[in-house]
Order: sequence, then structure tokens, then C-alpha cells
Amino acid sequence: MPDQSRGNLNSEGQILAKDSPSPSNQKRKSLTSFILTFLASFVIWLILSGKFDLFHISLGIISCLIVAYTSADLLLPQQKLGHLIKVWLRFIRYLPWLLYQIFIANLHVMYLVLHPRMNQLIAPGIIRFKSKFSDEMSLFIFANSITLTPGTITVYVTVDGNYAVHAIDRKSGEPLPGEMEQRVANIMGE
Amino acid sequence: MDIVVTIILIGGLFFFAGGAIGIIRLPEFYCRLHAAGQLDTMGVLWTMAALALYVLDDFSLGAILTSLKIILIVFFLFITSPTATHAIVDAGVRAGLRPWRKRGAEE
Amino acid sequence: MDSIFFYSALFFSILMLLSLYRAVFGPTVLDRLVGVNAIGSKTTVLLILIGLMYHRVEMFVDIALAYATLNFLAVLAASRYFQKRKGLYDEAPTE
Repeated sequence: MPDQSRGNLNSEGQILAKDSPSPSNQKRKSLTSFILTFLASFVIWLILSGKFDLFHISLGIISCLIVAYTSADLLLPQQKLGHLIKVWLRFIRYLPWLLYQIFIANLHVMYLVLHPRMNQLIAPGIIRFKSKFSDEMSLFIFANSITLTPGTITVYVTVDGNYAVHAIDRKSGEPLPGEMEQRVANIMGE
Repeated sequence: MDIVVTIILIGGLFFFAGGAIGIIRLPEFYCRLHAAGQLDTMGVLWTMAALALYVLDDFSLGAILTSLKIILIVFFLFITSPTATHAIVDAGVRAGLRPWRKRGAEE
Repeated sequence: MDSIFFYSALFFSILMLLSLYRAVFGPTVLDRLVGVNAIGSKTTVLLILIGLMYHRVEMFVDIALAYATLNFLAVLAASRYFQKRKGLYDEAPTE
């Protein structure tokens, strides 16, 4: 059980921290991110263990403290608490729209796959465009949103915002740096 | 309740079937990834929603914990599936596989 | 309800056989990897279905969670490994 929660947090943290500056100049770990990491991993512990007696809860507290101490600066970048809460609320409001887009695009790809003359319909190709983001977090969210939407896969992203996207046909690749980029920009408050 | 669960489950199976047929039919590696990665993620979302609803039918602490775990699996898959897809695409690009261009109807 | 779960599990097995075709006969290594990934994500759902059929879902859901984690790690490791074996280290992707 502790291995699973730890692995989950670690893999998530490495994705987030791939482009962040080296932690050597941030030696003093911020207390806010420590507490938030502890709470998140402890909730995951409670869900996974499902036993609420003293022994299991104390085991969970000890291992979550260790995890929070070692990886607090990986999960959350250094930010103020109020800003973090606002970003999370806006992110949660973004999710239903994203799910709706994923659903629409899924139906489109299903139509392509089940069509008998599929080879004439698809026109795969790579689209390049430059986004206006400079923040790593919004680059990350935008790239993952593109990949989650069927018909488009992010091939690579550079730090200064150059995207290469593989699109399966013209219709799914066309509207790309449009509304989704605007929505992601709204999340981060840019 | 059973009817709702069955309908959602069949919707998820529909997406999974699309994914599997897409993996077979699509002409080339990059296109297959579209079917494999994303249609499967959508299918997982639907089937897991159906199963979580079914588990939650008899309301108790264990049932709530089990359906929370199912939701945790879906959450985990929604984080990891783009990463895995991107890892495979990256491997393909670095290995020098050219994307398929339309040239007649071969394969 | 049990029979619905049984038939959907059967349907999953047929879909896994279809994906297995790509995993066995795929022209390139990465095609096989795509097939294996698809089989893995179907197995996660299939494990929970099996748990519901045997009325032990609180045990099988842990196995499914561990399987999802393992599947993700296996795909990541395999794709990194095969990209290394090609010996192409240049950072700028061509086309």
C-alpha cells in the first residue's frame, strides 16, 4: 500500500518537475507545499487502506510525513496559497469543458475508424504552431489537453512554447491553437 | 439502477470496440496511437463510472471506499495515459519513423 | 446483472484478441507496444469485472490499481529502451 501511493506521487511529481529550476537554490522548503503534499498523500492513504484504527492511521502518518519531506518541492511549485486555490478552482471549472471536447472528438474518431472508406478520409500530418505561454505549468496543461483530445497528439514541446502536433485529419487539427489555448490561459490567470 | 449501469457499460464497450478496430484498421503507427491511447481512455472512463455506480448501489462504508478506489484508478489513468502516449510518440520520432502520407490506397 | 457482467467480460476478451493481433504481427516494435498498451488498459477493467462476478470486488480493485501502475511503468520503460536501441540521440526531431 505505501509503495503505491508513493509511486503515484513520485511519477506525478517528476512530470511536473521536468522543467522546473534546480532545487539547489530553494533549499528552504516552503511549509505550505509540505502541508498540502502531506494532506494529499494522507487522503490517498486513507482511501487505499480502508482501516481506521490507531495502528494503521499512525503508520500512514509516518510514511506520509516521509513522502512529504522528500518530495514536497516536486509536487507543488513555490506559490502563494491563495493563488494556488484560485488556480485549482479555475482548473476544476475547466474540466467539464475538456471532457465535453474529448467526447465530441471521440465520436469523430469513432466515425473515422468505422467508416468503410477510411483511407480516403484520414490525412495525417504534423502541425506546428507557437503558443503564447511562458509558464511551464500552462504549457504542461495545454500539451496534456491536446494529447487527451483524440485526433491530436503532442509530439514535442519546447520551453519557449513551440508545439508540434500530429493530427489524424484536417478537421481535428484545424481549430488547434484557438479556444483551448484561451481557456488554459484563463486558468493560469494570464 | 441496473438499466442505467448497463447503458453506461455498453457505451464504454462501444468506445473500446472502436479502439480495438482502429488499432487493426488504421494504416500506420502514429494513427494507431490515436485509436489506442484516447478511445481506450474514454472507454475506461465510461466503464469505470458504470462499475462505480453499481458498487455504490448497496450503500455502506466498504462500498464507498471501493468506488473511491475505482475513481482513483480513473484519475490515475487520465494522468498517465497522455504521458504513455507521448513516450511512444517520442520513441517513434527519435527512431526516425516518418508519418504516413496519403498516396493512393495502399495497405 | 451477473450475466451482463459475464457477457461484457467475454466481449473484452474478444477485443483483447483483436489487440493481440497487432501485438503479435505488428510491423515495427512500436506497433507491438501500442497493442500491449491497449491490452493493459482493457485488463484493468476486466479485473474489476471479474471481481464483481465473484463478489470480491474490494480485493480485485487493489489488484486493478496495481496493474494500472505496472502497465504505465512497463510502457514507459519499454518505449525508452527501444528508443535507446536505435542509437539516435539527436535532440531535434526530423519532420
